Order: sequence, then C-alpha cells, then structure tokens
Amino acid sequence: MFKIITAVIGRDLKLAMRRQADIVSALFFFVIVVSLFPLGVGPEPDLLRKLAPGVLWVAALLATMLSLPRLFADDYRDGTLEQLALAPHPLGLVVTGKVIAHWLVSGLPLALIAPVLGIQFDLSADALIVLTIAILIGTPALSGIGAIGAALTLGLRGGGVLLSLLVLPLYIPVLIFGAGAVDATVTGLGGEGHLSLLAALTFAALGFAPWASAAALKIALE
Amino acid sequence: MIHWNSFSDFLAMGGYGFYVWGSFGVTALIMTIEPIMVSRNRKTTIARLKRQLRAESRAENRNTAE
Amino acid sequence: MKDRFNLYRFASPATFYPLAGAMIPYFAAVSVVFGLAGLYLGMLVAPTDFQQGEGYRIIFIHVPASWMSMFIYLVMAFWAAIGLAFNTRLSGMMAQALAPTGALMAFLSLWTGALWGKPMWGTWWVWDARLTSELILLFLYIGYMALTAAIDDARRADKAGGLLLLVGVVNIPIIYFSVKWWNTLHQGSSVNLTKSSMAETMLWGMLLMAMCFWMYSIAVAFMRVRTIMLERERNTDWVKTLLAGDKI
Repeated sequence: MFKIITAVIGRDLKLAMRRQADIVSALFFFVIVVSLFPLGVGPEPDLLRKLAPGVLWVAALLATMLSLPRLFADDYRDGTLEQLALAPHPLGLVVTGKVIAHWLVSGLPLALIAPVLGIQFDLSADALIVLTIAILIGTPALSGIGAIGAALTLGLRGGGVLLSLLVLPLYIPVLIFGAGAVDATVTGLGGEGHLSLLAALTFAALGFAPWASAAALKIALE
Repeated sequence: MIHWNSFSDFLAMGGYGFYVWGSFGVTALIMTIEPIMVSRNRKTTIARLKRQLRAESRAENRNTAE
Repeated sequence: MKDRFNLYRFASPATFYPLAGAMIPYFAAVSVVFGLAGLYLGMLVAPTDFQQGEGYRIIFIHVPASWMSMFIYLVMAFWAAIGLAFNTRLSGMMAQALAPTGALMAFLSLWTGALWGKPMWGTWWVWDARLTSELILLFLYIGYMALTAAIDDARRADKAGGLLLLVGVVNIPIIYFSVKWWNTLHQGSSVNLTKSSMAETMLWGMLLMAMCFWMYSIAVAFMRVRTIMLERERNTDWVKTLLAGDKI
C-alpha cells in the first residue's frame, strides 16, 4: 500500500519540479496578498497584530486554492488519470499520494514563509511559532479537502472560481481553528486546544477526503 | 383570547414592529415569489419543449416525404 | 405477473409525474391551514415574553426556517445517497428540486435571526458557532446549485452534486449540536422531544408554523421536480404524449 503512495508522491514531485514556476508563483501570491493588508488598513501595530492570524490564514487558503486545479487537470488532459483509474490499485491511495505531494509543494512552503511574514505584523515569537505549527498541521487538510473540489470540478468551464465556491465553505473550520490557535496564544489562553482540533480535522480530512475524491474522479471520468 | 388591545398595538409589536414585520414581510415575499417563479419556469419550459417537438416533427416529415 | 401494489413504481418519472401533480394542491392547502392556525396562535393569542417582549415573535418564522434549512439538506443528502447507490434518475432530480427552497430557508433563518438579534443582543450578526455554521449551510446550498448548473450532462451533475452533498452533510449535526458544544451567544435549545421550556401557546404556534413550512417546501419541490422531469425526459414517449396533448 505504501509503495503505491510513495510512487505517486515521487512522480508528482518530479513533475512539479519541472514546473517550478507554478509553485513559486503561488508562494509569491501568498506574500503579495499578505503584504497588501498593511498597505490597505494602515501601519498601526496593534491593529496589524490583531489582524495577523486571520490575514495570514486567509491568504494561505487562497494560495492553496490557486494551486488546486493543477492536482488533477494535467493528468486528466493527457489521459494519465484514466489510466490511473483503470489500474488495479485503489484510486483512493493514488489520490492520497497526490494530496501529500501537493502539500509538500504548496502547504509546506507556506508554513515556512509564514513566520517571516508574521514579523511584518509584529507578532510575538510565541505567536509565530504557533502560527507555523498551525499552518503546518492545517494545510494537509486544505490539500485533502481541496482535492475533493478539484475532482468534482474536473474539466468544467469556470472551474477555478467554481472550485473556490465549493471548497471555501468546507475550509472554514480549518480557518477558525487555525487562526484561533494564534489568537489564543496572543491573548495568553494557549493554543493547544485549537491545535488539537486542527490536528483532528487534518486526520479526518486525510482519512476521508482521498476516497471522496476518488469517487468524484470516477464520476468525472465516466 | 386575543392578546392585543388594538390594531395599532398589534402593528407596533411593543416597539419591535420593524424587526417583527421585517421578518414576516420578507418571509411572505419569498413564499409568494418562489411558487410564482417555479410556475413561470414551468410554463416557459413547456413552451420551449413544445416548440422543439414541433420543429423535430416537421424535420421528420420533410425527411420521410423526400 | 402478480398484481401487487409496488411502491417502487413511483421511482419511474412517468409514474411519479402525475402523482406529484395530484398531490401539490393538497400540500399547498394543508400548508395554508397550518399557517393560518400557527399565525393565529403565535401572533394573536400567545402572550408577551417576560424577557424579550413582543420581539420574540420572530421565533415563529426563525425556528421553522432553520429547521427546514437543515431538514431539506438532510433529505437532499438522502436522495443523493440513494441516487449514487442505486443509480436512480428521479432521486437526483428530487435533490435538485429541493435545493433552491432549502437555500431560501437558510437565508430566511439568517435574515430573521439578524432581525431578532439586533434588538435582543444589540448586533445584527455575531460569529458564534450556530450562526457561522448556518452561514456555511447557505454556502453549501449555493455551491451545490453552482456545481449542478455548471455540469451539462444531467447524470454527471446529479452524481457530482450528490457527492458534494454527502461531503457537506457533516455540517448539519454541527449546526444542531453547536449550542451544546460551544457556550457562546445563541441560546440553547428550548424544545426537546420530552419537554419544553416555552409557554404552551408559543410552542404550539411554533410547531404549527414548522408544519406549514414543511408542507410548503414539499409543494414547491414537487412543482419544481415536475418541470425538471419534463426537461430531462423530453425524448421519452410519455413526455411527448403530454406535450402533444393539452393536459400537461
């Protein structure tokens, strides 16, 4: 079972490395969106500190969503997806591999850059640490849930916007607990509760989402 | 049995009139407009399908006549 | 062939179409009766609330709308599951027919909730668990309608929409239990299966209005599904016969 997942991860990572521009532009999008907020709301440190968790998380959501169509679209276009669906191993495992690979090139870099951006917002060291951990824990859930949306909207016109419409409501719990963890750290209450719930969400998402996505892919491939 | 002393009391709703009637008003609006829109959609769909049916049968007649 | 009454006959659009058509006037009439009774009890008879004054009367819309918004989603998810499991056509049509009504109920719940909240809590909106999850429910309805509208092939639309519904159905228990799990602004439940903390007339007014909304939703959904059936099954004999004749 793990061989299939690692094989898919290896393949997707190799393909992603050939298109590094895609990954880097999603990261730049994250940086730009986050930097727009101080320009928009003014440089007052108190306000920025309060806004920071929400802003960083929303920007992370949007940046993840930008890269979601790529999850299946390329393989769909050249027929690889059909072959993967017809292959004897469970499509759910293939999707699990793709989701992990997606996280490695989108969620993980976001988690690494976020603390740097957090400094712009004058967040304390505690908050930055919790922010990084939260984004690290939460982004796999985003990739997983996003895979369901990407599979449902495969090949449809207006795909990107429709994908956002479907996936953002499902992202809201991740946003609430992710930003909440940082908020709780800032106010001194401690973010452990939020982080635990976030971890629970990620486990649940990684457990169920690949199978829902596989079902959606089969519907799209009919 | 009736709780209100006068019709104006009823309308005023103890000062909450705006909120209460704002709620009931929008509800009444929605529950009238929705069935009307569904009914209109039905009529347009039927008209369109009838037109298509006629166009198809005319095309068929032309084909069989040749 | 044994001549037994088989309920599964009505899984065929051709059989369900006339049945639904015959039932619509009855559901509509029952809805009106329940509505008049509920409004009479709720608006004319029920006493003033001790804490909230007359503003509490919004409850006679707010609670039925909220219940219906959740219930309709569950029914849609049920039909989605049936459709995915048994590959039936009518279940997908029914889910699509219910969606707009469910979305309107969710909107109404949020709208009346805001109008209730402003005088009571001093704010039109607050990000507490129940309000947020009801808002998510509205987004889920809209997402479902957008997805099914974007897919041209009706069968694929049904199945994709169905899957989306099943993924989102986890939101319903969250809405329902949110007042128990999180101690934030929205008040706890006052109606249980065994007891309630409301005055009799208030309770009955609310229940009657809930029945009114339920019968209304069924009537409208049946109206909508009939149009969907005509559209989808337009190449079948039964539809062609109906269209050619006068009695549709």
